[in-house]
Amino acid sequence: MTKVAGDLTDAPASTRRRPAPFVVTFYRSAIAKKWLMAISGIILLGYVLAHLVGNLKVFLGKDDINHYAEWLRELGEPALPHEVLLWGMRIVLLGAFVIHIVAAYQLTMMNRRARPQAYRSPRDYVAADFASRTMRWTGVIVLLFVIFHLLDLTFGTVNPGYESGNVYRNMIASFERVPVAIAYIVANLALGIHIFHGAWSMFQSLGLNNPRYNAWRRYFAMGFAGAITTGNVAIPLIITTGIYP
Amino acid sequence: MKVTLNVWRQRSPNDGGSFQIYEVDEVSPDMSFLELFDVLNEQLIEKGEEPVAFDHDCREGICGSCSMMINGRAHGPESGTATCQLHMRKFEDGATITVEPWRANAFPIIKDLVVDRSAFDRIVEAGGYITAPTGTASEANLILVPKEVSDAAMDAAACIGCGACVAACPNGAAQLFTAAKIQHLNLLPQGQPERWSRVIDMVDTMEEFFGSCTNHRECEAVCPKEISIDFIALMNRDYIRAQFKQRRLTGQKS
Repeated sequence: MTKVAGDLTDAPASTRRRPAPFVVTFYRSAIAKKWLMAISGIILLGYVLAHLVGNLKVFLGKDDINHYAEWLRELGEPALPHEVLLWGMRIVLLGAFVIHIVAAYQLTMMNRRARPQAYRSPRDYVAADFASRTMRWTGVIVLLFVIFHLLDLTFGTVNPGYESGNVYRNMIASFERVPVAIAYIVANLALGIHIFHGAWSMFQSLGLNNPRYNAWRRYFAMGFAGAITTGNVAIPLIITTGIYP
Repeated sequence: MKVTLNVWRQRSPNDGGSFQIYEVDEVSPDMSFLELFDVLNEQLIEKGEEPVAFDHDCREGICGSCSMMINGRAHGPESGTATCQLHMRKFEDGATITVEPWRANAFPIIKDLVVDRSAFDRIVEAGGYITAPTGTASEANLILVPKEVSDAAMDAAACIGCGACVAACPNGAAQLFTAAKIQHLNLLPQGQPERWSRVIDMVDTMEEFFGSCTNHRECEAVCPKEISIDFIALMNRDYIRAQFKQRRLTGQKS
């Protein structure tokens, strides 16, 4: 059998490994993680806003909010079967939540490695504000709160006499417990502080920077954080103090 | 005037190090902060003690050698200046001033206030250049650049690589340095051929050494050249765009 050119020598075979898939190499980068945190952050911001708009119906009365809750399950019908669009949204939301937290954790670890020895003298911060320096704390508070919130008003595990579908009753029952109402208020203040930095920071992470609108990025973050916090704090505050029956 | 200095002394990279207190009298308010250290070192030499090692070179704010964390702020209380351009009149008579070296994993301390900043060189080596045609200089107006663009590129090019951005960053990130070194080329027509490979190579090298950005804006506040974090946003955008660029030629196998 005639030898072909390639077989003439015993040259070692290439040890070049196949490059990792694009998503893997992409995710390895910290800038890409921040980009994903911004994208997932936008999804979470959209959810938080929609959640607030829906829940403010508690002030319109029992029928309004319970009817709204039923409408959520019917969303997408008749094109989609019952609850399918709701579950789709829940899956997207959970995905965004997981990406946001995992990326934040990995970046935090990377940042710790970047400065293993802290400054020995006190730092004099010029620009870093309270919100930007407490993102990890407010983030963890919000995570713990979300777990409690789901057990309280979605699964009803920690809600006395939980009735599935009777959102109005469940909310009143939950907020009649003063410590729970205080926990809701504290957690939502933490969420507001988190959004105050995040809703500004995401523009930088996405590379959305233009002198024409740069000032509005801060106004947007302030307005969004202010509106969400006011609404979310108002619900337990007004129900617990009994201003609104 | 008279000042009390609380200076970080560390004999060698592996030495533990500690703060030492020194009193310096007869300080002129017109002295620069580095000249204060010259006076201190003369005192120490006269007493037969080891002088404080600190980086310095041009002493006119353009070389990026000086690097001191003064009272918890990179390059001290005066904004838009390097340590060498900080004058003693910015301090009160009888003040106690704490001086520390930059602290970052990628900036190991060599001695006292001197750190090794060669990680910055690794980042620039990865792509901080252009494919310049050699030979005689071409006509300057052959490639037209809008005034605003050349101004922005010059603002980024003002980076002196002092490392204050890393020192000030709570995350030990080098985003402002890397963004400046990328964008002063990526903004100009001459930087376009390597635009996408440059941003990927330089960012990936940066991330081998430094932390990640959480947009505290602390780097911008201490930068002696007042380089804007706008360049970080431009770098982020170029990096993500580069990731999605298809540079393979049609019909070629990857």
